Amino acid sequence: MNLTDLQRAIAIFAGVAGGAGLAAALADAASPIYLGFFLAGLLTLLRFRVAMSLWVDGALALAGAAILVVSLPGFEETAPLHVWLALVAVWMFSWLFIEELSFSITGGRLPERPLGLVIPLVFGLMLVFVWEVVTRGAQIPQVLLPPPSTIWMRILDSVPILFADFIQTFVKAVLSGYAMGCGAGFVVAILVDRSPFLKRGLLPIGNFVSALPIIGIAPIMVMWFGFDWPSKAAVVVAVTFFPMLVNTVAGLNESGHIERDLMRTYAANYWQTLLRLRLPMAMPFIFNALKINSTLALIGAIVAEFFGTPIVGMGFRISTEVGKLNIDLVWAEIAVAAVSGSVFYAVIALIERAVTFWHPSIRTGRT
Amino acid sequence: MSAADISAPRGAAGMRAFLAGLWRGSALPVIIVVLAILSFWYVMAVQMNAPWQVKLNERAGETVSAFAFIEQTWNQTKPVLPTPHQIVAEIWEATIATDFSSRRSLAYHAWVTLSATLLGFVFGTALGVGLAIIIIHNDASNRSLMPWIIASQTVPILAIAPMVVVGLGAVGVTGMVPKALISMYLSFFPVVVGMVKGLRSPEALQLDLMHTYYARPGQVFTLLRWPSAVPYLFASMRVGIAISLIGAVVGELSNAAGGGLGVRLLTGSYNGQTIQIWAALLLAAALAAVLVYLVELSERLVNTMMGVRP
Repeated sequence: MNLTDLQRAIAIFAGVAGGAGLAAALADAASPIYLGFFLAGLLTLLRFRVAMSLWVDGALALAGAAILVVSLPGFEETAPLHVWLALVAVWMFSWLFIEELSFSITGGRLPERPLGLVIPLVFGLMLVFVWEVVTRGAQIPQVLLPPPSTIWMRILDSVPILFADFIQTFVKAVLSGYAMGCGAGFVVAILVDRSPFLKRGLLPIGNFVSALPIIGIAPIMVMWFGFDWPSKAAVVVAVTFFPMLVNTVAGLNESGHIERDLMRTYAANYWQTLLRLRLPMAMPFIFNALKINSTLALIGAIVAEFFGTPIVGMGFRISTEVGKLNIDLVWAEIAVAAVSGSVFYAVIALIERAVTFWHPSIRTGRT
Repeated sequence: MSAADISAPRGAAGMRAFLAGLWRGSALPVIIVVLAILSFWYVMAVQMNAPWQVKLNERAGETVSAFAFIEQTWNQTKPVLPTPHQIVAEIWEATIATDFSSRRSLAYHAWVTLSATLLGFVFGTALGVGLAIIIIHNDASNRSLMPWIIASQTVPILAIAPMVVVGLGAVGVTGMVPKALISMYLSFFPVVVGMVKGLRSPEALQLDLMHTYYARPGQVFTLLRWPSAVPYLFASMRVGIAISLIGAVVGELSNAAGGGLGVRLLTGSYNGQTIQIWAALLLAAALAAVLVYLVELSERLVNTMMGVRP
């Protein structure tokens, strides 16, 4: 198989890392399994003579990662040189694997569907893996950055706490505020749309307000609505309202003259035009706002909790546990927030696919 | 006829045209909506501040006329909803009338926030542009990076802010940099997405033309891809600078000693100083507006320099 310049460079670097690792492992008197890995790595330099499948690189990366993970808990102080060289080699081989894989997929030699997903997956796993090895190998203090395995153990340990915080912040504050804010933005947009004068007056202001740090109203909302979740929901309403308003108004203007004229020839009244033509045309914009708002809502609720909460909630937990230097619990909380945020986003994106199946961006996405 | 003649109509007919233009344009509607919001604000201030004012007057044993009562609700020291003139007075008091070097000066706090915002924005834009360049030139990084860049924004980074500040503080990095990193994390995203779109915007025809000129990849980039991406860059930067400010403000919430508008929000909320909160909030809003305007101004400048015709 022909290699690109970049692939050739990575391949050379990976092989050299294998050779250097072999020397370092011999000097450190490392376990034979390391010697085997490095030797295999060095032998991949033969690829310039004999054709070698990309799966060899993938398998080598996987094997090296497994060796490192198994041997990691054994280090009491900073890890010796050959461990770091092994990390470099694993990184290089997985990079090479990704490069070759994407090259093959683009060239049509390998199928897109399952393998296209492998690439981001490998990249994400590599990030977590490097995080784990570096934090453990360099003995980075827990306060600074706990390794992913510790965070995972922490998540398993404190499921009740995390679940209570999740209910308080996500289910009560975010979901209710999101529904109210997006609903209000949508209704106001439809009302505003009937009056061109209001539209010209409100739209620049709406655009302006969407750029403002609305999150700053959090302390005011906490004063007005108390410490419990209604104040957080109020912040979420304020944060989500304007993007929804602006996007919906823009979307309602999306239908062209020809379509509107057609509706007129059908003698369609305002509501029929709205429901059959203009709202469907506005859906891509509305979903855009829904997606933007899904992240904004979570951020708004968590930040609002910094200004005063009952003793439960994601933002509360994060700000107090940082003070107590329980950083692993903070990361556990962040992981929960990230997963719920991603799932929230993904659910909206899936609904979008179902609703706006006619839109070019999705039609091409399917073929 | 020069442009000046068109834009300065004279006489009664000109005046009518001007008024009609106002009505059809967005200036007049915006002014009317703003006035409506302001009057609604004053009405709400009476309603929300009234219960406390009634209590105060009962304690003092005075009875006041309705007008005097309304005036009282508009001028409380710790109102539930401060009125715009109180906020403006507070901003004036705390910026112009206070010495800049003083910790009580709002201008000082605004400067702290602004510097972190700008640093983070520069970092974020540089990171975004760099990532976009890598992504469009290398298919593997496109496939591996893009999904994670999108996923990175569903992580509520603002929740990580206190930890970034504390964690970096533990290794001795304090002050502006942690806040700027949070701003960077927020502002790089629109830049990556916009720039990937922008750098890919040249059509196949144009790329082929460059190919027939035997242009090197570097030349294709500087002569074709980069110029066509500039409008996208500015659109992204408008979004980026606004969220960069949000990042800086939130980063300040976790480091009360550092100062900044976020700290003013926090101390105001602890002491019930509503006017102080609103003043900091409005100043942050004004700052955001000015920054966005500056980006737009530089966009126009760059467009003129590049010879873009409207």
